[in-house]
Amino acid sequence: MSQDTVILDQAGIARALTRIAHEILEKNKGTADLVLVGIRSGGDHLARLLRDRIAGIEGVEIPLGTVDITMYRDDISSRGTLPVGKTEILFALDNKKIILVDEVIFTGRTIRAALDALIDIGRPDCIQLAVLIDRGHRELPIRPDFVGRNVPTARDEDICVFFDHAQPIEVRLVKS
Amino acid sequence: MSFRHKHIIALRDLSKDDIEQLLNTAESMRDINSREIKKVPTLRGKTIINLFYESSTRTRTSFEIAGKRLSADTVNIASSSSSATKGETLADTALNLLAMKPDIIVMRHAVSGSHYFLAEKVNCSIINAGDGTHEHPSQGLLDMLTIKDKFGRLDGLKVAIVGDITHSRVARSNIQGLTKLGSSIFLAGPPTMIPPGVERLGNVTVCATMKEAIQDADVVMMLRIQQERQGKTLMPNAREYSRYFGLNSQNLQYAKPDAMVMHPGPINRGVEMSSYVVDGNQSHILKQVENGVAVRMAMLYHVCGGTAVE
Amino acid sequence: MNLLIKNGRIIDPTQNLDQTCDLLIENGTIKEIGKNLVASAGVQSIDASGCYVTPGLIDMHVHLRDPGLEYKEDIVSGTKSAVAGGFTSLCCMPNTKPAIDNKAVASYIINKAKAEGFCNVFPVGAITQGSKGEALAEMGELKESGCVAVSDDGHPVKSSELMRRALQYANGIGIPLITHAEDLDLVGAGTMNEGFTSTELGLKGIPRVAEDIATSRDVLLAEYTGAPIHIAHVSTLGSVEIIRAAKARGVKVTCETAPHYFTLTDDAVRGYNTNAKMNPPLREAADVAAIKAGLKDGTIDCIATDHAPHHLDEKDVEFDVAMNGIVGLETSLPLSLKLVSDGVLTLAQLVEKMSSNPSKILSLERGILTVGAVADVTVIDPAMEWVVDADKLASKSKNSPFIGWKMQGAARCVIVAGKVVDSRS
Repeated sequence: MSQDTVILDQAGIARALTRIAHEILEKNKGTADLVLVGIRSGGDHLARLLRDRIAGIEGVEIPLGTVDITMYRDDISSRGTLPVGKTEILFALDNKKIILVDEVIFTGRTIRAALDALIDIGRPDCIQLAVLIDRGHRELPIRPDFVGRNVPTARDEDICVFFDHAQPIEVRLVKS
Repeated sequence: MSFRHKHIIALRDLSKDDIEQLLNTAESMRDINSREIKKVPTLRGKTIINLFYESSTRTRTSFEIAGKRLSADTVNIASSSSSATKGETLADTALNLLAMKPDIIVMRHAVSGSHYFLAEKVNCSIINAGDGTHEHPSQGLLDMLTIKDKFGRLDGLKVAIVGDITHSRVARSNIQGLTKLGSSIFLAGPPTMIPPGVERLGNVTVCATMKEAIQDADVVMMLRIQQERQGKTLMPNAREYSRYFGLNSQNLQYAKPDAMVMHPGPINRGVEMSSYVVDGNQSHILKQVENGVAVRMAMLYHVCGGTAVE
Repeated sequence: MNLLIKNGRIIDPTQNLDQTCDLLIENGTIKEIGKNLVASAGVQSIDASGCYVTPGLIDMHVHLRDPGLEYKEDIVSGTKSAVAGGFTSLCCMPNTKPAIDNKAVASYIINKAKAEGFCNVFPVGAITQGSKGEALAEMGELKESGCVAVSDDGHPVKSSELMRRALQYANGIGIPLITHAEDLDLVGAGTMNEGFTSTELGLKGIPRVAEDIATSRDVLLAEYTGAPIHIAHVSTLGSVEIIRAAKARGVKVTCETAPHYFTLTDDAVRGYNTNAKMNPPLREAADVAAIKAGLKDGTIDCIATDHAPHHLDEKDVEFDVAMNGIVGLETSLPLSLKLVSDGVLTLAQLVEKMSSNPSKILSLERGILTVGAVADVTVIDPAMEWVVDADKLASKSKNSPFIGWKMQGAARCVIVAGKVVDSRS
């Protein structure tokens, strides 16, 4: 643990999320047809915070959902089955602009799985990606639309987002 | 925590945690079943053989749909078209099927314990779709899920199971599973249909009368009576059976007012249950069927992971 | 060849003999028993220090499968298995193909055993023709051709009337009758003992009363006719009590049990182990205790193996489909010796049950170590430790629930009519 570096503290995370909220509104010219979907687990907490910020700015509470990607993973044969979480999207995705939210983008495989999961549920107008941290090392042609912080990392390092009761506290770079 | 079983042959072999995980996964699977696109890519590229030595439209179809919804390739081999009639042994059939490289064999077989025998012969996962009078784990799990849906829990419930316990693999799986999750089981049936020592399977009480079993029950589970199986020595006839062990709107009143009524199907209307009860508002029989696909998806999903871990 | 067995503990319950001394065999018979015997020229000397020297062991219940089912066992492999287990004599049951229900088959077995076998083979003839339970077999000619008893073993004689007549007829001829006591209606499609284990495993049960009823019937028929009867493979508490009571009131009943009935319970079936499937089935702890008590108090006269070889293909199948029975010749002695080390039997009682009593019941004129008797002798090393290895069994078949078990005690030297037929060190 002595190797850990704090990338973002609580205030830093809050500022990054506020900036992302503004960028989302700016790029989409308001909240029309906008929905937020967080990737379980972690992204769902961040998505809720983004919704609250957007509501604070625009006065509109946009729909919020959660997607569980366990069933869309491509590594079931190599790492075994994980407990399956619930996908909770209680609104139609057809013709919506989805803001997909995750904590950290790394290889892009999680996002690939989430995209497949969303497309199985409906046919959105577009999907945009918001992440708190982009740590590089992409294995698929996927890039985020909104990034809290770009962090260059080595492959064997890890980025951890720590939560306390669904509130993000800290982002750390963990060297192994 | 990961599910670590390569095979699911009996709920007796699973822990409380294993069963809870299967039920939780089944709940997630159920959401997929209510979507427009009822399919996820989880088991893409996996091959599932449904090997049925006893006819069963319901269970086989349910497993087939479950496999397809997980994007696996499913192949059905029914007893009429199988080599069983040509005198091939189960071991030889298994080895021949293995040459086709299945990832999972789902088997129904008339001999209790034959899945353990099969598991020793092959390297793929085995799921028991019913073996003789031993267990029927997918039925047990779907019954448990249906009960959990209504009460939100299984702990502390009184579950009555009425009928031919001796010859019922459904009863055995329910007893094994429900008692592990904290339910108490009360059995009733003609003494000719109560197997010796059944109380020792868990929190099980054998009742002298049907009334005693269903008194204040949260769940009343009725078993199918098969005249061809029970023969003429276990009961005089369906008429007398129905009189003492049939569920009707009168004796259902002994159970709790919101008690749920279940039956693994297919039902003999007017024998083990009156039509009034089958179609009444306490009946959860169709919900059982609905949950069947979700539970079987969960079983298929978790044994695939079990293979990777072991 | 002449043999001198030195310094063994010589045990012969028929003459209350139990002392450490020497035994001299000359020309196939026992010449002398005494201390410090000296080997003259040309006499092979065997050091039996620390060993028991007993009358050759007799297994009165063996399925040799020859003629007709030689893929399971034959006279050569079966007798080889017997001597490996310490036996000098065995009785083979008539459920061969064809059955031993005529002189030709009996003679074939006797002649082949004499020519190629390793130990004495005494055939048991059928009670009924083809063991079909319909008409009496030619018991007179069977006796004349060398059969030492009659039995339809493998099947009970279902008709009480036929059993009554068989007892009377056999008694008139003077041939003992061995009954397989089982009520087939109660057995039904059962595959293991009926009890908690069968309930949990979902296997069809065979209730103990299926054996008890048949034992009762046969004991009552023996009592009524005044004929002697021997009950094969007793496995239940109820049967032990029925036989004990019958003996007390003077019925001429004897009986045997098998090592698995005092060693295993139906728990051995768990895992659907087809090598724990036999008939009668393995019972429960109370039955095992009753069998031991019956052996101890003399209710049970003999230990016999019911050696039932089956091919791997007949056991490596689903439980319901698997054949009944296990091989027992090579594991009987250590399992029975355990009764002695556990204090259930004295050594003399063990020798009675494995040698003197079977000889007496079947009039074999074996099972004794008196001067002039045929020199069938087993030298037992009670300390020898070994592990049951399927590949090392002499039997053609390996269907034993004891594979992998650690055993203590084995025959170090087996002597049939003065000749060493098996020895190990």
